[in-house]
Amino acid sequence: MSSTSITIAPPLLARLRWQVADSLVLARRNLAHVRQIPEKLIDVTLQPLMFVILFAYVFGNVIHIPGGSYHAYLFGGIAVQTLVFGLMGPGTAIATDLREGIVDRFRSLPMARSAYLGGHFLAELIAAMLAILVLSVSGLIIGWGIHTDLPHALAGYALLVLLAAAMIWIGTFLGVVARSPDAVQGIVFLVVFPLTFVASAFVPLEGLPSALRTIGEYNPVSTFAAAVRTLFGNPTAVPRGAPWPLQHPVLTSVLWCLALLAVFVPATLAMFRKRTEG
Amino acid sequence: MNNFSSPAVHADGLSKRYGELWALRDLNLDVPAGTVLGLLGHNGAGKTTAIRILTTLASPTSGSARVTGLDVVADAAAVRSQIGVVGQYAAVDDLMSARANLRMIGRLYHLPHATADRRADELLERLSLADAADRLVKTFSGGMRRRLDLAASLMARPPVLFLDEPTTGLDPEARSELWALIGELVGEGMTLILTTQYLDEADRTADQIVVLDHGRVAARGTPTELKARIGGERVAVTLSSPAHVTIAAQALEPYTSGPVASDGAEPEVIAPIQPGTRLMEIVRALDSAGVDASDVHRREATLDDVFLTLTRREQPEPAKEAVA
Repeated sequence: MSSTSITIAPPLLARLRWQVADSLVLARRNLAHVRQIPEKLIDVTLQPLMFVILFAYVFGNVIHIPGGSYHAYLFGGIAVQTLVFGLMGPGTAIATDLREGIVDRFRSLPMARSAYLGGHFLAELIAAMLAILVLSVSGLIIGWGIHTDLPHALAGYALLVLLAAAMIWIGTFLGVVARSPDAVQGIVFLVVFPLTFVASAFVPLEGLPSALRTIGEYNPVSTFAAAVRTLFGNPTAVPRGAPWPLQHPVLTSVLWCLALLAVFVPATLAMFRKRTEG
Repeated sequence: MNNFSSPAVHADGLSKRYGELWALRDLNLDVPAGTVLGLLGHNGAGKTTAIRILTTLASPTSGSARVTGLDVVADAAAVRSQIGVVGQYAAVDDLMSARANLRMIGRLYHLPHATADRRADELLERLSLADAADRLVKTFSGGMRRRLDLAASLMARPPVLFLDEPTTGLDPEARSELWALIGELVGEGMTLILTTQYLDEADRTADQIVVLDHGRVAARGTPTELKARIGGERVAVTLSSPAHVTIAAQALEPYTSGPVASDGAEPEVIAPIQPGTRLMEIVRALDSAGVDASDVHRREATLDDVFLTLTRREQPEPAKEAVA
């Protein structure tokens, strides 16, 4: 990770230990921020809850799902949407840090080089898991349930965590390249917001006009939602004749996440180095 | 901890290029342990670039540097455990308390928990922040933030401390408080590299001064040496308006022994005067040229004069531009 070679390199194990320890110290910094501004947690707690209530009880009665209840269908969609929006957290936090001198301070310390981004990643991943927990509980209350076996259920949660990881890295990338926290928000609302709606997150694709339907069918958000629904045994409402990726949502979703990570992790590290080492 | 066989900071032909522009060119430094080096220069002269390279935040385009004998590129990680850095912007976390900030920095210096906590308390006490220790930093004044920033840099008791314009933006009282603290640290044998635009500060604190201009070393020496080099008495004329800078400079011409200096922003001109010149003659010359001077006095050369003489651009642009 370090761009410079160290002549007296500490043993690998000691280095790994510091990488973890330093990342934890910095993750705790995010926790301290949450304690000061509890609103920071709204997007992983109240916001998904609000979407559950909004869609289940406001739109739910008019949306018909072939082969199941809308409430059971909804869970996968809201879970994916919440995690996709999770890229906003690291995006704004890192853009804010970079505007101040604090990243230089961290870089001048003998801490592990990876710890700054690592700390943000850890904190955001914990927040994402909290969101998944909140959603699961509220889902159970409105009539969602897991109708597969334990391995599938675990795979479903593993996929959600993998998706969260991919989204956090996209957010981290945005935070590193954006000129300000506001710019990150702008990008999210321009690109991510429509992306989560022209998809099968909240409504089955069959009802969409044909152009939007085609976009929706290839939209990875649809694939992620279908994969989660498949693994938990919920109705997927994948239209007949849907393209191959949507017919094989679990495999496609895993590939999507891995591809996003393969692109955004190295890109973020390179941009971070470029931005901070000037 | 100090490596006595080598200087605390050593730089050899240190250069940094951004695109076509050399921000720093051929900087050589030798700072003995326990001494203070002042880097002087205008904005963009290369001071911050030098500090960023010496503190491992940026890598040199060419040349090399060592801090306590460790190479800033090859041994960057080891260098970081030997230095404290106070940057131009107070690098503290607004949403944490002063105490939590220091503990976090201590942990990231890899100090044991108990040591980090104890040092945090000691430094809060020493930098008069004990009463505000548990307050959020965002409620702090500029001076308090700077002191906290300095405390953070001192958590690991580093042998070498870098201060990049530490008093910028502070009111006079906060400035003198900070200098008192820095003086104490020097007294304790810490090596200090500082940049400043307040030359009186460098004059008082630095053992050695390097004047940078457009990335290059314009002069170096002790404050006394530098003042002696450009030498002699000065006349300083304070004008009622910056519009008079050019006329005043012309009126002074016959009595000066060197170029007339003005930083362009202040309604003031300063010039070295020929030995034996009487103040009365100067006042008369100014008066007959129609210069409205509110003060004319003679004084010994200061470091400001050195600075103005060495880094002077073409004749100062008078009046209109100076107003902005």
